[in-house]
Amino acid sequence: MKSRTRREFGRLTGGLALAALGPQLAASETKARVVVVGGGIGGATAAKYLAASARTIEVTLVEPKPNYTTCFFSNLYLAGLCSLESLTHGYETLAQRYGINVIHDSVTAVDPVAKTLELKSGPKLPYDRVVVAPGIAFNYDALAGYDEAATQAIPNAWNAGPQTQLLRRQLESMEDGGVFLLVAPPDPFRCPPAPYERASLVAYYFKQYKPHSRILILDAKDSFNAQDLFLDAWERHYRGMIEWLPAQFTGGVKAIDVKERSVRTASDTFKAAVVNVIPPQMAGQFAQQIGLVDQSGWCPVDPTTFESKLQPGTHVVGDATNAGDMPKSAFVANSQAKACAFAIAATLTGSERVPPHLFNTCYTFLSPDDAVSNAVSFKPAAGTIKIVDNFVSQVQESAETRHRTAREAHSWYAAFTRDTFG
Amino acid sequence: MFTPAPRVQVPSAAANGEVFPVKTLISHQMETGLRHDDQGNAIPRKILNKFICRHNDVVVFSVDLHEAIAANPFIEFYLRATESGRLEFVWEEDGGGIYVLEHHLTVA
Repeated sequence: MKSRTRREFGRLTGGLALAALGPQLAASETKARVVVVGGGIGGATAAKYLAASARTIEVTLVEPKPNYTTCFFSNLYLAGLCSLESLTHGYETLAQRYGINVIHDSVTAVDPVAKTLELKSGPKLPYDRVVVAPGIAFNYDALAGYDEAATQAIPNAWNAGPQTQLLRRQLESMEDGGVFLLVAPPDPFRCPPAPYERASLVAYYFKQYKPHSRILILDAKDSFNAQDLFLDAWERHYRGMIEWLPAQFTGGVKAIDVKERSVRTASDTFKAAVVNVIPPQMAGQFAQQIGLVDQSGWCPVDPTTFESKLQPGTHVVGDATNAGDMPKSAFVANSQAKACAFAIAATLTGSERVPPHLFNTCYTFLSPDDAVSNAVSFKPAAGTIKIVDNFVSQVQESAETRHRTAREAHSWYAAFTRDTFG
Repeated sequence: MFTPAPRVQVPSAAANGEVFPVKTLISHQMETGLRHDDQGNAIPRKILNKFICRHNDVVVFSVDLHEAIAANPFIEFYLRATESGRLEFVWEEDGGGIYVLEHHLTVA
């Protein structure tokens, strides 16, 4: 694998992205019906790009919530650096500008033979193809004493929204000198650098308002994503504030005591003022319910079309998929959704299918003015998805480079959410 | 100035002749001396260069650490319980810094 500068990488992927804009679609008499279940990044992108690919496709998006708050950048909210409203996006543009039929409801059942979906409110939706973007579910069985009810006292804050607000309130009301304990999950999970970005930005908040406070990370792993970049930044910005204990030292987290606000590992019990448990994860509940999940806990998919390997005619995109080398990130969900949308459009309109170009990009804040990024390209190979090329920020970059990356991250957010929600 | 926080996991009691694991972890940057800052100046080496475990002042385990050891070194080893006494864990840093933890072991 050859390393590249971000500029070189941008030139490379820019050209490919244009080439990926889609096949020219033949007009057809009757409209094909595609239903997208789930209005997160994967679902919203799939709906938009299906609607934009061909006038002959009628697209319906089913999502219970009136709007979506992005998980990415929500660590900035935890540090008090932006509002949650600024991270919240509605579906109006998708409905009005792209003609997508947005239904705020839940799907209760799928009949893959009759090709209909049943909505909670009663009606059935016929479809030719269905795209499922269910996101993640938490595996509460893995941590004794921690369940859905416990999240009201000890938040997971891993789906942006009320849980994130609860954690922010707890951090705000914590007294100076307290310990913030973060339980980090085993692989694979949504957004690999995010638990450590969270520790970094909470440390930034503490440094200004509660400088005697400390952060303790109890990890289910022995190493983590971009570890060298984080350790370097913690030493430079937050010396002595963040301590990380790998599973090989603690023996792993065994149980949570909600009442005592403590976490028990194989060897010790740690008490803290504020606890954030990020539980082990698996494919979203809806994917489990309709049989798209294998024993790995995730959805096996065709690496070119994102059609389920377990249920023909049903496609899965985003965090719920087992997509080879692709991590669970918003950019990956968006990239997969485009590939999936073009594959479905090609099938339904009988036009030529082009091989997908798959990408990931991540921006991670170490402090508000110190950000790192990566950019990775992937391709389907040998039944799975493999990394082709990548760019990753390096430990010894100048402060100016890092500052520029932080500014770039904000522009990226604006462009990316516009690409997804219109 | 930040003081590295050493942690040790070791039982408080053990049966005579029992072999038990000892796990140690210390938060330390382990600066290799091979890096340069953004002005091009070499960043001086500052690593933990030695770890020693003593039992009643007798060295029972020690290890020399070098530049290639990752930050936050984790060391796991085994001891055999023979008599009650004081276990002492010492990390020695370049420049003479020293970090010590003590623990009492009761052998029944």
